Amino acid sequence: MNSSAASSAETASPAGGVLLEVRGVAKNFGARNVLKNIGESGSGKTTLLRLVAGFEQPTAGEIWMSGERLDTLPPYKRRVNTVFQHYALFPHLSVHENVAYGLRVKKTSATEIGGRVDEALRMVKMQEFADSQPSKLSGGQQQRVALARALVNRPLLLLLDEPLSALDANLRKQMQSELKALQRELGITFLFVTHDQEEAMALSDRIALLRNGSLEQVASPREIYAHPATAYTAQFIGQTNLLRGEIIDSTARCGTLQWPSEGPSGPAIFSLRPEAIRFASDDVTPHGTARFRASLEQQFFSGASELLEVNCGGSQLLRVRISARGPLSGEHEFVFSIADAIRVQE
Amino acid sequence: MVLQMSGATSTRRAPLLTIYAALVFIFIYLPVVVLILYSFNRDGVGGFPPRHFTLDWYRQLFADTSIWDAVENSLIVAAGSVALALILGLLAALALDRANFPGKALFRRLVLLPLILPGIITGLSLLMFAVFAGAQLSLFTVFLGHGTALISVATTELFAGLQKMDRTQEEASLDLGATPWQTFWCITLPNLKLSLIASGLLIFTLSMDEIAVTFFLIGRDNTLPLEIWGRLRRGITPEINAVSTLIFAVSVGLIVIWYRVRTRGLGAEAQELLERP
Amino acid sequence: MYSRTYKTLVSIPPLLWVGVFLLLPYALMFAHSFWAVHEGVLVHQWNLHNYATLFSKPVYVEVLLRTMRIAASVTLCSLLLGYPLAYYLSFHAGARKELLYQLVIVPLWVSYLVRGYAWKTILGSEGVLNGFLQYLHVTHEPVAFLLYSPFAVVLMLTHIYTPFVFLPIYAALEHIPRPLVEASHDLGAGAAQTFLRVILPLSIPGLLAGATFAFVLSLGDFLAPLLVGGASGTMIANVVQSLFGAALDWPLGAAISVCILLVIISLLFLTERLEKRWSFK
Repeated sequence: MNSSAASSAETASPAGGVLLEVRGVAKNFGARNVLKNIGESGSGKTTLLRLVAGFEQPTAGEIWMSGERLDTLPPYKRRVNTVFQHYALFPHLSVHENVAYGLRVKKTSATEIGGRVDEALRMVKMQEFADSQPSKLSGGQQQRVALARALVNRPLLLLLDEPLSALDANLRKQMQSELKALQRELGITFLFVTHDQEEAMALSDRIALLRNGSLEQVASPREIYAHPATAYTAQFIGQTNLLRGEIIDSTARCGTLQWPSEGPSGPAIFSLRPEAIRFASDDVTPHGTARFRASLEQQFFSGASELLEVNCGGSQLLRVRISARGPLSGEHEFVFSIADAIRVQE
Repeated sequence: MVLQMSGATSTRRAPLLTIYAALVFIFIYLPVVVLILYSFNRDGVGGFPPRHFTLDWYRQLFADTSIWDAVENSLIVAAGSVALALILGLLAALALDRANFPGKALFRRLVLLPLILPGIITGLSLLMFAVFAGAQLSLFTVFLGHGTALISVATTELFAGLQKMDRTQEEASLDLGATPWQTFWCITLPNLKLSLIASGLLIFTLSMDEIAVTFFLIGRDNTLPLEIWGRLRRGITPEINAVSTLIFAVSVGLIVIWYRVRTRGLGAEAQELLERP
Repeated sequence: MYSRTYKTLVSIPPLLWVGVFLLLPYALMFAHSFWAVHEGVLVHQWNLHNYATLFSKPVYVEVLLRTMRIAASVTLCSLLLGYPLAYYLSFHAGARKELLYQLVIVPLWVSYLVRGYAWKTILGSEGVLNGFLQYLHVTHEPVAFLLYSPFAVVLMLTHIYTPFVFLPIYAALEHIPRPLVEASHDLGAGAAQTFLRVILPLSIPGLLAGATFAFVLSLGDFLAPLLVGGASGTMIANVVQSLFGAALDWPLGAAISVCILLVIISLLFLTERLEKRWSFK
């Protein structure tokens, strides 16, 4: 499990070195992992990528990869390759020459170059474009070439800087599945940067959520969705209802809602996913649930499901996701399993 | 841990290159520095080191009426050239931007030729034309020569300005009921304000400094460069250093203004002017 | 969107002006080259005699070759000075880039004459450089070849044209998207390889523009030789100038001018084709 690419990024603020839990994650990195770096713009996710690639220098701390120190090496000596956000294909070179670039620089033999470039182009389904100029290619095609150009060098780690953000929705979905298949096939660790949380959840084995330059949480998509550590995470990944209130005498009270809770007394925030709430009439759970009454304010139909905005008496509206059942109105009884109310940090 | 971008991409250390660049800078500036230095030297131009500081040469300069006559002449010609070049240059830019006519490509090249051709060719051909037309050589012929040669400067800059302009503004103006003439005055021209000022300044400076074309078109009245040139043939005096220093000071002032004007609105387009003769 | 009246109105004046004051004069010069001079008077007698003279008399060919050599030297030296400077500013200057750029531009605006004169005072036997060398006891008498030689002309013109060569190269370098440089590093190329494989090829249009400018203008320069060239530094434009001055043979002068013009125009066409071939989006 600790075989090839283990990436541990220990970087620090100008104020001083701080060791990060990321280190702990590094130990869990396997050879076939796709790690997603995710966050809003300005969250530092691109910075992290650039630090690993070598285009930025850490002000303090060190970067290690697979037991070797990385930050003292210039980018051209690292076994890391990048797929740039706008592809950065060399306009004066053909597709073939672009892909061959890294090999030529290392003075690889012509025959070997020929073979490996063909292989790389075939992997991304661009072999017929070998002699084309990058300017003649569409966005999606350029991206494949950029991918081939990076992969042909057999890096230990592949960095992808929001590679799909410039593509339209359909193409993006297609590329997502191709990328995932490619990664599985090659077994190289991919470090993806994106702001699209759906993409992150769909593609990755582990997600690292960044916020304002700090790591908020690192976990697998299912884990991060089911057990968000903070309110921010809960809201960023998927949709949620943030219930703010307090725990008094083993009872959690948030507005008009209350349920038994074992946490220590004091202020508390809970994350409750919309799909965790259901109509009391639909509920068959024997115990461990909480009930409440609420009036329907808004209803949004989305094909397979409906999103309801309900007012449970407090100042907040709750969002409830149920399967599609036609227009509704009035007051209803709702339930949710207490276990689904996850306590989160601020 | 806080991740923050360090701003610009890290600029690597390159000591040899830095030294070389510094040397090139020194090469570019040294002669002028020397010249300025010696304008204050009592013992004249030459020898080393300069020993006695004096303002005599400047005093002599200020009393020199023929120099100041020449300055006046240069200013007149320059002002006229700016007007002529800007008007024709603006029309030419508009024509290139908006009209299609046979020979347009040829016209475009022809307009830009004087920028790249050595001044002697433009000057001689205009001289032959003047003789052919029976004109007397004078400041007027100089003015015509400058104006013609410098149309290219105006055209390039104004054309770039037009290309950069938001076309839909003119369309909006017409849509709201303004005539093309009103649109031109109220919308097009104000948008070109920066281009006009920048090219005006450049044309002015180029005209003040022009020698090659002027050489062949000059009559009895000298422009400043030719006045200096005449004296140079007769012998070197530090008075020439003094006037050169003053020219340098004024040039620097103008270029600072010009640069501020340009970078305020035009950005990279302005580069084209000097890159693509 | 623009009416025919509008388009005609804006096109006619400049077309007319350019036709009368540019096209016509050039045509006149062309015509003059086929005429002759009899006893100091211009005669409209069509002949090819001038061109024959030009190519047969060794002195003209010699001066022409010397001029080409000088122009080539100036171009080469300006490139050797200007390119590294542009490269430094674009890739290594960081925050000071803007300021340094303005500093490079300033000399461009300073009078040609002023700068030429400065060199004259520096290089002369009584000049600053000789004085400096003697002051340091490096030499004991003035070094002669500094002034009034082709060397001085090349030196002066290089000084004039280095900033001109710098400008388009700098612009071209600035246009190179930085991610391309990073991609090159990412793929394993160091600074030198990145320069040779990526930066240099992409800067060729700017390089060609600057080199053309320097070469063409040096080719036709007559002022520098008069200032610092002396007898051995005479260039072809001086020959033309004297033919229009004291020697009073306009047709011959025109013929030489036409030749210079043809050389320049061919060069411009050539570089334009090359630039097109080397510009990538």
